[in-house]
Amino acid sequence: MRFIKLFAVLAVLIALASLGTVALAQDDMVEIEYWQYNFQARVDAMNELIAQFEAENPGIKVVHNSDIPYANFRDELAASAPAGVGPDVVTLFYGWIPAFVDAGYLVPLPEDPFSEDFILEHFSPMVANSKFEGSYWAIPTAVRSLAMFWNKDIFAAAGLDPESPPANLDDFVAAAIATTVYDGDMDVFNITQQGHAAALASQDHHWFREVLLRQYGGAPYSDDGRTVTYNSEEGCAAFGWLAAFETEHMTGSNDILDGSTNAFVNGDTALHVDGSFRIGTIARNNPELNYGVAELPVGPNGESHTFGSYWTHGITRRANDDPARLEAAVKFLQFITTPAAGTLWVNSVGELPAQAAAASDEAILSDPILGPFSAGLAYSHATFFVDESAQRQVLIDAFDNVRLGGMDPCEALDEAAAIEQELIDSFWASR
Amino acid sequence: MTLARKKVVWAYIFLAIPIVFFAYIRIYPALFAFQMSLHDYNPLAVEQPYVGLDNYEQLVKELNKRKSPTKAAFQNTANYLLLGVPIQLCLALMISLMLNEIRFMSTFYRIMFFLPFVTSTIAIAWVFRMLYQPRFGLINVMLQLVSLPQQPFLNNPRQALPSVLSLVVWQGMGFAVIIFLAGLKQIPRTYYEAAEVDGASRWHTFRFITLPLLNPTIVFLLVLQTISFLRMFAPVLAMTEQGRGGPLDSTTTVVLRVYREAFTSFNMGYASSLTVVLFAFILVITIIQLRVTARRIN
Repeated sequence: MRFIKLFAVLAVLIALASLGTVALAQDDMVEIEYWQYNFQARVDAMNELIAQFEAENPGIKVVHNSDIPYANFRDELAASAPAGVGPDVVTLFYGWIPAFVDAGYLVPLPEDPFSEDFILEHFSPMVANSKFEGSYWAIPTAVRSLAMFWNKDIFAAAGLDPESPPANLDDFVAAAIATTVYDGDMDVFNITQQGHAAALASQDHHWFREVLLRQYGGAPYSDDGRTVTYNSEEGCAAFGWLAAFETEHMTGSNDILDGSTNAFVNGDTALHVDGSFRIGTIARNNPELNYGVAELPVGPNGESHTFGSYWTHGITRRANDDPARLEAAVKFLQFITTPAAGTLWVNSVGELPAQAAAASDEAILSDPILGPFSAGLAYSHATFFVDESAQRQVLIDAFDNVRLGGMDPCEALDEAAAIEQELIDSFWASR
Repeated sequence: MTLARKKVVWAYIFLAIPIVFFAYIRIYPALFAFQMSLHDYNPLAVEQPYVGLDNYEQLVKELNKRKSPTKAAFQNTANYLLLGVPIQLCLALMISLMLNEIRFMSTFYRIMFFLPFVTSTIAIAWVFRMLYQPRFGLINVMLQLVSLPQQPFLNNPRQALPSVLSLVVWQGMGFAVIIFLAGLKQIPRTYYEAAEVDGASRWHTFRFITLPLLNPTIVFLLVLQTISFLRMFAPVLAMTEQGRGGPLDSTTTVVLRVYREAFTSFNMGYASSLTVVLFAFILVITIIQLRVTARRIN
């Protein structure tokens, strides 16, 4: 009996203590929770922004949860929601927005201060992609575009001019072939230094969809984004061009040298297509790398295109449940998306400010590394994804079918288009 | 209350704690999966609309397609099971028969075989991933030394499944070896002595004494290993690029599919229907195995 009494007393004490904490928190200040995935440069930049924000708004405390690795970020959000915990402001990949809106997880940004006119006037055009079913659901601090990285030392060693990177797709292939080194026969497994390795799981599915395809005269989707159109003659040509690096020119593969991205960072690859966020990775892991960045090579039709994307901040329904927290969340969102925040961000993360005023800053445009990314913003496309990871997987599989299964690029794209069309149709069917 | 009764009451009170814990943490969620499978269950949403058997209909539709990740998951799981269990049990039986014979350093050898079983699967999976690496991986280095062509292993849709399977067979074997050894110790020496007196060959001794008397052990292991192969998840997650079960879904399993559907695509209802089907498979297979293989030995 004594035990039971003890338990009862303990239970009452715990209940009182938790009530007390809640009451205290309510009296003193509003506490909101902010979540993003773990990427050191982003975490540092956000910590700095939060410190500034809290100094300006003494009544608000922002709890920063940045412990979740990228690979588990969606899982953790999915696990937190039914438990009634989680973020008030969350940073999501722009391509995830439709899925999170579909679930009712995000609430629309309030008209004040995020009116459509304000967003269209001040933000990079690709931010318009956050508009979905007539509302804006998220707003970014920074945006990114793709550009071409090249290793100057490898270029010099291969007898190429280290200061003149390939400007068109033909030159790109020629440079990739010239810089590939084999130990033995010409075989992917014998490569010790890669010219170029196509990796669709990284950025190359974007390069194909929004850049190569357009440069070959095709289009990835219909104008309303609801019909897949990349399984065209132009699509085959563009996809075949990309696959040839592994199947025909044998200049590299994502399967060797620790994957295409690491291979470039480690100095084992001459040419690589990536976003500005990779600058930070290189600075941290291989600061000695002698590399340059240029705009993506122009295509057969002479056009320049690039893929634009961004991580963007939305307000959750959890914040929406409490007027005080909602107000704090909106204030916080406003603070972390100013031009000043964008400038802080570009210096720490390497992503370009989302507000045009800060992105077209002279210092950025003239920077040899950031300049090409910034120039790309003018001709960038952001794909409208209904399920980014599934749609990416479709192209990864199509590419594997070509390079591992010897499938014809046209056939692989037809198969991919059928699967992706089904994904898109089923998303819209439930709306 | 008598002292004896008091003891019983306290025993139940202490037992109640783990039972409540298990009921809440393991059994309730397991049952909840049945309910989720009847809903369009999105963990991020507030409302989870009831959809009846829609998720099961979708499952049948996916299985009837020429190619689909769900179909690949079921086919691969069947392959893992049908290849893995017989290979693992045969190897384990051979090894334990040999271990049973030796006296010198026998403990050392037993530890060597049991060690992988108690090592973290994720750690082992990463080590294997490195061993399989093209060019610099130990296996390919050895192939090059003897002038054999390099193999892509995990990067090739045909070789990836056997590559993952060999890790699972090797890791789980230690457990089977120990159980077989325990089973072998149970067989009375006198049977072998009698057989020797009768002039039975080694094969006959094995066929008519060892094997029948090991039958309960074999059934036990068969059931346990079957279930463990049906639940395969961690090695595939750790050994394939970004845990996708590729290339081209060649290594994905039902449980990996459940995980990806539930947490990557947020289709928790559909994922639950997969779980329920897997549960039914495990139940049926276990019952059949117990019925067919558990004949009494005289």
